[in-house]
Amino acid sequence: MLGSLFVDALQFIPDHAQLLLDKTVETAELAFTALGISLLIALPVGLWLGHRHRGLFFALGVSSIGRALPSIAIIGVLIAWLGVGFWNVTVALVVLGVPPILTNTYFAVEGVDRDVVEAARGMGLTELQILRRVELPLGLPLILAGVKIAAIFVIATATIAGIAGGGGLGEVISNQPTYGLAGVLAASLCVSALALLTNGLLALAQRAAYHRMAPTA
Amino acid sequence: MTGFRVADGGGPVIPNFGHGTACLRNNGWFCPEWVRDHWGDILQPALVQHIELTLIAVSVGFAISFLLALVGFRWRLLDPPLGAFTDVLYTIPSIALFQLLVPLTGLTVTTIEIALVSYTFFVLYRNMVAGLRGVPAEVLESARGMGLTRLQTFFRVELPLAAPAILAGVRVAVVATISVATVAAFVIYYGLGGPIFDALQQPDIFRTELVAAGGLAILLALTADGLLALLQRAVTPWNRVR
Repeated sequence: MLGSLFVDALQFIPDHAQLLLDKTVETAELAFTALGISLLIALPVGLWLGHRHRGLFFALGVSSIGRALPSIAIIGVLIAWLGVGFWNVTVALVVLGVPPILTNTYFAVEGVDRDVVEAARGMGLTELQILRRVELPLGLPLILAGVKIAAIFVIATATIAGIAGGGGLGEVISNQPTYGLAGVLAASLCVSALALLTNGLLALAQRAAYHRMAPTA
Repeated sequence: MTGFRVADGGGPVIPNFGHGTACLRNNGWFCPEWVRDHWGDILQPALVQHIELTLIAVSVGFAISFLLALVGFRWRLLDPPLGAFTDVLYTIPSIALFQLLVPLTGLTVTTIEIALVSYTFFVLYRNMVAGLRGVPAEVLESARGMGLTRLQTFFRVELPLAAPAILAGVRVAVVATISVATVAAFVIYYGLGGPIFDALQQPDIFRTELVAAGGLAILLALTADGLLALLQRAVTPWNRVR
């Protein structure tokens, strides 16, 4: 039975190629908007707190609370102000995307060897220069690891938009009566493909960041 | 029309706005009288179910992840494929996975648990392997110098030193499971997601029920996280000395 479901799903993909493509693009727009906003919020805060070696409690607290908020409850509450649709779901996804980026960025910068930072300070670099030219490059692999986790969280959850009028592949996934179980499976394969592709690209970036930092062998 | 679609399996009690208090008639954000009246028949059972779902999912997930992590730790070559496997499982959207499992295991708690367990691997496996790998080479060298066998080294040195990372993973897994479990009610009426989806299905969204059930999920997650943080402190006495 499972086998025939897969066959049906693989048939569904070419039969509804245009639909799946459109919905995948919508999901990607939603997820990458949310990921971008998460980066804009979490990166500067994490970098600065890590640089000052302060605010561990704040960073971890914000992350715990962010993770504890169930996405569907956030979407439901936000309907009062944002209605159903794109921005409502985007906010719910940002709540999900911020914690891994914030904690990883904090620990990435906080963990940079203090002697290295002192040496940079001794060379007359300003605090902002130290952050940009020493701590950021050294912490980049760990920061990107956080972005990778956030990307998987956000893309996989972006389908919740389907039950809240936010568009995308979730519309197919949450509408089994219309598209059948084969459609649900086909759409979720598209979600996985999008998530794994993003994950792969970020892994390449992470590897590049590692190699730049590693002493030439 | 809110645009919310919910699979059948509908839950109990549609609030009667007509006869309620002013707060309920105005669909206030939090009407204590409704919470009092329906604690016993809606909220408390849902909370108990939710705790049960989470405990089982994280326990089973922990056991399986630990076995996988032992394999990935012992045979380095197997670590990347195992990690990729947990990644793939995590990318399956929860709303889809709950539906896809129904033909196999029916509209049962087992269906919810299989999905929840498979999501815990992502965080747990990663943290376990990282924790075990993170033990410094000098420490292992001195363990060998003291004449500890491979097994002794594992249980007395590597595992205790990896405990903080492992518990950090458990904390994230518990909180994430509590959150994802609310989505299960899209397919099967069970846990705190039940009243949440009930509230969302009302024409204007029944706010008190949404806030009460959603709030309970948040409180449950934060309480569990806090308790595990205390446990984390207890198993790493050496961190407190500094």
